[in-house]
Amino acid sequence: MSADFLYGIEVILNGLMAGVLYALVALGFVLIFKASGIFNYAQGVMALFAALTLVGIMEGQVPFSHIINAIFGTKIHHFGWHVPALLAIFLTLCVMVAFAWAVQKFVFRHLVGQEPIILFMATIGLAYFLEGMGDLMWGSDIKTLKVGLPQGGSRWIEDMTSGLGGNDFYGFFIDKLDMVATVVAAILVMSLIAFAQYSKQGRAMRAVADDHQAALSVGISLNFIWVLVWSLAGLVALVAGVMWGAKSGVQFSLSLIALKALPVLMLGGFTSIPGAIVGGLIIGVGEKLFEYTIGGMIGGATENWFAYVLALIFLVFRPQGLFGEKIIERV
Amino acid sequence: MFYREAGDFKTSYEADSQTFPIKFDRYRFWAMLAVAYLVIPFIINDYWANAILVPFLIYTIAAIGLNILTGYCGQVSLGTGGFMAVGAYAMYKLMTSFPDVSVVIHVILAGGITAVVGAAFGLPSLRIKGFYLAVATLAAQFFLVWLFNKVAWFYNYSASGQINAPERFVGGIAVTGPNTDAWAKYMICLVFVTVCAIIARNLTRGTMGRKWMAIRDMDIAAEIIGVNPLQAKLTAFAVSSFFIGISGALFFSVYLGAVEVGEAFGIQKSFLVLFMVIIGGLGSIFGSFAGAGFLVLLPVALKVIGVDLLGWPTDIVAHLQLVIIGALIMFFLIKEPHGLAQFWRIAKEKLRLWPFPY
Amino acid sequence: MKDSYITPDGRTIGGVLMDMRGITLRFGGVEAIKNISFDIREGEIRAIIGPNGAGKSSMLNVISGFYHPQDGEVWFRGAKRPTMRPYDVARQGIARTFQNIALFEGMSVLDNIMCGRLTHMKTGIFSQAIWHGAAQREEVENREAVERIIDFLEIQAIRKTPVGRLPYGLKKRVELARALAAEPKLLLLDEPMAGMNVEEKEDMSRFILDVNDEFGTTIALIEHDMGVVMDLSDRVVVMDYGRKIGDGTPDEVRGNQEVIDAYLGVAHD
Repeated sequence: MSADFLYGIEVILNGLMAGVLYALVALGFVLIFKASGIFNYAQGVMALFAALTLVGIMEGQVPFSHIINAIFGTKIHHFGWHVPALLAIFLTLCVMVAFAWAVQKFVFRHLVGQEPIILFMATIGLAYFLEGMGDLMWGSDIKTLKVGLPQGGSRWIEDMTSGLGGNDFYGFFIDKLDMVATVVAAILVMSLIAFAQYSKQGRAMRAVADDHQAALSVGISLNFIWVLVWSLAGLVALVAGVMWGAKSGVQFSLSLIALKALPVLMLGGFTSIPGAIVGGLIIGVGEKLFEYTIGGMIGGATENWFAYVLALIFLVFRPQGLFGEKIIERV
Repeated sequence: MFYREAGDFKTSYEADSQTFPIKFDRYRFWAMLAVAYLVIPFIINDYWANAILVPFLIYTIAAIGLNILTGYCGQVSLGTGGFMAVGAYAMYKLMTSFPDVSVVIHVILAGGITAVVGAAFGLPSLRIKGFYLAVATLAAQFFLVWLFNKVAWFYNYSASGQINAPERFVGGIAVTGPNTDAWAKYMICLVFVTVCAIIARNLTRGTMGRKWMAIRDMDIAAEIIGVNPLQAKLTAFAVSSFFIGISGALFFSVYLGAVEVGEAFGIQKSFLVLFMVIIGGLGSIFGSFAGAGFLVLLPVALKVIGVDLLGWPTDIVAHLQLVIIGALIMFFLIKEPHGLAQFWRIAKEKLRLWPFPY
Repeated sequence: MKDSYITPDGRTIGGVLMDMRGITLRFGGVEAIKNISFDIREGEIRAIIGPNGAGKSSMLNVISGFYHPQDGEVWFRGAKRPTMRPYDVARQGIARTFQNIALFEGMSVLDNIMCGRLTHMKTGIFSQAIWHGAAQREEVENREAVERIIDFLEIQAIRKTPVGRLPYGLKKRVELARALAAEPKLLLLDEPMAGMNVEEKEDMSRFILDVNDEFGTTIALIEHDMGVVMDLSDRVVVMDYGRKIGDGTPDEVRGNQEVIDAYLGVAHD
């Protein structure tokens, strides 16, 4: 086998693993969208916020310390303790649930029945709010997140595969963290599907997604379901934040993964869980392959736009996405 | 008490469709115009021009443009930054390729080029609707920024990758370049704002505006009463991009002078202009002024209060600004989806009845 | 049938204006309209009746170009109509109202009715941008036409009201005004009296008769109120499960056994 071909396979493998993470973030979107019709642009910032909170709790940072110091002239920064990773993750989850409740109570409960585009713009506002809030609470410097996940390339895979392609090929380089992330994301995706399909709350969630009033009339609490889906989205954001944060540090760019999830959704259809997964994989592999094969010729960094243009072209031919339901127009 | 339409009878349909139906409004409008043209140019200084007035005027043009597309035609776009970049780079190429042609013509041509690009990216709008389209316009945003970053022809192969506005004159007075006076910057922007606002008003009060609003309110019914949806949407994209292109051209050549595309015209710019339109009021030309003014003034005011008065570090004030803008967006969408323009209308309604509300 | 004739109440009914020949419309596997032919003559009021789900609205959608039938031909004013988009159909002179009111909620009554005249507005985007001159002249001319409709339908008082604030009955009337503003050759009314009380129905019936009488507009309407249909219409098409089961004057249709079985029989029990 030629080395180019094998490197191509490595690109595809890496693309698949990136795709699983895209799919995970996209799933957060789909959950909220299905249950409430809200297209949550703030999903990525939620991941950033979750990761910031996790780091802050682990290192015992005092929330809002900068602003407190600025007002009172004090110099507090840390409580002086360190919280173990698992406890910190649990506490962060509690913060995300509280956040879900607050978002529902103060924002979206007042926007029930508004047009989808208004809700979408409200989530853009929410994204700004949350980004500023995260920075105010924990500071905007780049933080490293150490929750004990393995780092670096897997020597084992590299050694195993180095013999395949002659002298030019040094084996597959695959990041251990990516592998862990893939496994975790896959488990989370499957458990979310199981939750939505088989649990009582999951069924209620789908009922709400289908018809708010009908769900209300059979005794489902809309409020509870919406807080639930926002909490689930918070959970997804936390996992995505941990994975991405461990990889490249907790910083603003983390919130941009949400932007990557958008074309995934367009491809897969906003309401389809399998669509989010397949779309994520297609985008992950597609953008890596495009960069590998054509990107070099036209200046590189095509990952910035490839996903969008692909989704745009795709949508022109199939406006409802891969798995979306066909829209029949009526008058 | 002077704010009445009573006794101000309209005797023709021309008079009935004018911009300011109430006499008092007409007087106030002319007074504002007189102040803007005859007073401010003589008292303006560099700080006021660069920190407030010039960005306010330029963003107003962009907000009018986006308002036509989003507020009147109902097509949400997140590609404003990308289209402003088209205007800026078209301006740069025109200025450097045809140095003898007047910059005023360059600005208009830059708007025209942006209109063509905008219409091209508007083509999918026939098939894609709502926020599918909003996300699709992100493709324009990211692709255009990437294009201007990677293709060296656009920045004339300069080593820094930046574009710099050469010095150009209108009637012997420098309007671009480092030696431009504050009042000259202000005046050229003011003229463009005035013309753009009048054109936008004319388009939106007549046939074109009705077509756009029909598409916005119910596209299927619009098509059945005789609106060609593709034509209506594409003209909205083109007209909107024309204004946004003009604003990008002025932003680069008059306001900043030197531009790095990712920094000046990134996705944040798209959001900023969208927020101006939401806060000012969707579907209102006056709202575009109000929204632009508000979001230009807010950071300045926060900086004055936070940094200069309270002595807080700049980064905290910047974060606080994000929180406040985000909260305001949500507040406006909940309380008043029609934005500042609606508050203004309500105030005027009250004023009409004052002091005898019954 | 003769080319033209005079009705008992003295109106002239002309030749065939619209001829539907063998129309078949399918959605996936479902046949909504099965091989239906009928014609609409100039100046007449033609009713399409039938139980819910009979395919009446689909038929209207075929006429207005919103649905394209898989089989059959549409002939309009003596020529076969090619497959065309709804806005082109509107330009040919076919206007309609909708079963569920489809007004532009963000605009005033006046603007909504002005929208009906869009097919008559010809100025380009540049003269509109300048406004003074051609665009303003056109605006005023069309405004005059719209004001005549507003007078005719007696809605002067709500001219500047946003339609979102109007009650149901008035919305229906504004929608009729918007369709009339287009000065159509053929006016399609999809359940113009649905959800109205008796007085409102009487008002609406009077308007429909007046429109037909004064402007000579040909009208095709769908209605469930049998009394109204029998009083207003010159000829009636009866549909059931996508088939045509009756066609003729109200009296003929009333006597048709199949129609009685399918529809009227139930109503008369």
